[in-house]
Amino acid sequence: RFKCGLSGPVLDVLRCRPGWQQARNEEEWDFLWCDVTWLRENFDHVYLEEHVRICHFRNHYELSRKNYLVKNLKRFRKQLEREAGKLEAARCDFFPKTFELPSEYHLFVEEFRKKPGTTWIMKPVGRSQGKGIFLFRKLKDIFDWKMVSMTVCSLERGNCLFVFPQDGGRTNEQKDETQIETYVVQRYIENPYLIGGRKFDLRVYILVTSYSPLKAWLYRDGFARFSSMRFTLNSIDDHYVHLTNVAVQKTAPDYDPEKGCKWMIQQLRQYLTAKHGTGLVEVLFADMDNIFIKSLQSVQKVIISDKRCFELYGYDILIDQDLKPWLLEVNASPSLAASSQEDYELKCHLLEDTLHVVDMEGRWAKMLSTLSRFLLLCEGVHMFSLLGKRLEGAKLYSC
Amino acid sequence: MLEQDGGLSLTIARIVQRLKGSSLHSQLERQARISLHNPEIKLESLKEDIKDFLKTSGWEKKLQNAVYSELNVFPSPCHPAAPPEHMKEPLAYMRKAQGSWEKRILKSLNSMCTELSIPLAQKRPASEQKELLNKWNEMGTDEPDLSLFRPVYAPKDFLEVLMNLRNPNYENGEQPSFRNHLGLIQVPLKVKDIPELKEDFSELDLNIGQLGIDDSAQVPPEFFENEHVRIGQKVLAEQDSAAAQQYVRQGCPTALRADLWALILNISNQPEDILYYEQLKSNVIQHDLLVDSLIYKDVKLTASNDDYYFVFEDYLYQVLLCFSRDTSVLEHFAYSSATPPKSYIQGKLGIEEYAVFYPPNGVIPFHGFSMYVAPLCFLYHEPSKLYQIFREMYVRFFFRLHSISSHPSGIVSLCLLFETLLQTHLPQLFYHLREIGAQPLRISFKWMVRAFSGYLATDQLLLLWDRILGYNSLEILAAIQK
Repeated sequence: RFKCGLSGPVLDVLRCRPGWQQARNEEEWDFLWCDVTWLRENFDHVYLEEHVRICHFRNHYELSRKNYLVKNLKRFRKQLEREAGKLEAARCDFFPKTFELPSEYHLFVEEFRKKPGTTWIMKPVGRSQGKGIFLFRKLKDIFDWKMVSMTVCSLERGNCLFVFPQDGGRTNEQKDETQIETYVVQRYIENPYLIGGRKFDLRVYILVTSYSPLKAWLYRDGFARFSSMRFTLNSIDDHYVHLTNVAVQKTAPDYDPEKGCKWMIQQLRQYLTAKHGTGLVEVLFADMDNIFIKSLQSVQKVIISDKRCFELYGYDILIDQDLKPWLLEVNASPSLAASSQEDYELKCHLLEDTLHVVDMEGRWAKMLSTLSRFLLLCEGVHMFSLLGKRLEGAKLYSC
Repeated sequence: MLEQDGGLSLTIARIVQRLKGSSLHSQLERQARISLHNPEIKLESLKEDIKDFLKTSGWEKKLQNAVYSELNVFPSPCHPAAPPEHMKEPLAYMRKAQGSWEKRILKSLNSMCTELSIPLAQKRPASEQKELLNKWNEMGTDEPDLSLFRPVYAPKDFLEVLMNLRNPNYENGEQPSFRNHLGLIQVPLKVKDIPELKEDFSELDLNIGQLGIDDSAQVPPEFFENEHVRIGQKVLAEQDSAAAQQYVRQGCPTALRADLWALILNISNQPEDILYYEQLKSNVIQHDLLVDSLIYKDVKLTASNDDYYFVFEDYLYQVLLCFSRDTSVLEHFAYSSATPPKSYIQGKLGIEEYAVFYPPNGVIPFHGFSMYVAPLCFLYHEPSKLYQIFREMYVRFFFRLHSISSHPSGIVSLCLLFETLLQTHLPQLFYHLREIGAQPLRISFKWMVRAFSGYLATDQLLLLWDRILGYNSLEILAAIQK
């Protein structure tokens, strides 16, 4: 019996699954697909039996909130450097220089002044779909930017007045009860890889069925999202140029829903191979695997392990012109709404395969790699190749 | 015996004449002259030594490739007494049909011209020229009002014409027999049957490894893929055009495809080629053609709406606009059944001295034309190289897909081949489709005209086009549907 808090492909897939029934309002359920709000409000108070499955981890925000992710990654990197040396730690350099605001403001300014004229991007930690994001090159731009409702808050450090907008919704801070919204400021990647003059980012789905030991699956059918305008650094105010979320692109004046701005990853891979050769592209994809694994490892010890939980993450990756992948963010509730018929099918397959892997029916254990579009990424300390073979010698450093 | 020799020497003479004026010729001469400084070259055995030198320095290979290219493109000359039309199209009724089809297209174009009172060609004012030059790399951002333009014709119009094609000398007999009247194409052309196809396309046999099938994730690469890639790299190192053509019959590895195709088509992107492209570009800037709007409309309607090709919109304009001004394309009309339309300077209708070809390359684009270019954008990113590859593909293959001729790779033969194969080997399907009012050719016609571009996933499409290049024939398009 399942309960589902969302509509759309999720509900449709759950309903169609043989032997699964939707639980009525007060009835007990075995499987729950909920949103994070429900989780936060109810998880601690509800008794859950051993066999149930729920689609989020209790403290997933360690990975999905931008400031926590950065904090965890920085900590992990330091640890790795201590234990395995500089070379191994350098493999964690896949996120651009980031600072949390307002707490790390002075560190940010120091870094900012080292290279004047570079572009930075400001992102609110708790929001999604491109809301509240803006780019800037001068410090004063932060002050010029206005939002709907404002809370003036003065800071002791640096003697500056910060105008922080009041978060209209809820802030999801465990420790901080005030209404100030936290931001991260990050160096903007000014040389993204362009195809047809357009910028794009990658959305890859990673399913984690357990954190200890770490067991993660990579979904084969990720996709690339293109911005509808040609890329230029001349207009950093133009969201349509820089932000590739579908939610943003949808509102562009010449957006054509029939057009669709997405390419499947296989398509992208073909294009890149034809242009750069197999060798470089293999390295690129291996680097991306590295991003997934290292980011999961960095929160491995922090996430509250629970055999009943699993989570489907949406990773946003940007590739620059040197074919280096950068991690932009991780979404714990990736958008499961469909923007077109094709997209609907894609999301349905994704969810069907997720349910296969989670395997509540206990049927598929051995056949998962061939049955679904998920590829086993890592289990315990072992990494897996695309063919499902364990890669000898490629050990994950456990921390 | 004598005739065979005669044919061969004619071919040789023709190739020599064509290559004589080319840049390769002058380069070879220069190389030979430079080699005179070489101490190995001795006066006594001058000829031999120079030949050896050319061989070792790779120049002989280039010459070989050029000769091979010429052989591929031009059909062998027929009987010396045959009039030139015969090289274009030996069957008179086909020529006539093509002629009347062309008249129809031209009429449609002219009427659009008068309706919208836009001249066929006009010079751009200086400000417009400057603007276009600035926007050259992002012409897709332009949103001109194209609502009044319609494509000159669509594949289904062309199908109607083909369906009505009849050989006046051929009598189908009083009693319509089962075989004769089931298909849409009613022309008695000789097409291959399965045993002949099997022989011609022997490399596609089940016993022989193919890319796209034998390199999937379940098959370990040692079986076929690795060896195939290694051979491909060797072929590229040797720069041998004929070997490349043989090689791609089993499919091209993605990483090597761009170079292999360039080798087969004998495109090397020399400085003079780049210069030629720049010249075409400046032609585009200076003059505005009515055909340009048709191209714009086609790109916006087809490629921009395609899930995979929308990214390449800008490239398509850069290629197609230049293509329509390229007069070297006129050369292919020597062996195509089509004739380029002529247009007359205002007021001088009918007077030959004032006639020009319109558009300058003689090719009027139809609905879906831009899809010929789109898949190539996956392989080539430098505009002038992309342009040359497309032009070569067009004058070797694509032109046959929208002109009426009896050539085995022509669209008429392809349709007939398709219908015959289907009728012979899947008669129940054929009959059933006919019964429900869906003639199979109506469905598959548009696939064939576009060489499947836009109807097949890109990776599969490119594998298909590998075979077209490998076999130098479009027959695979008809056979593949079986």
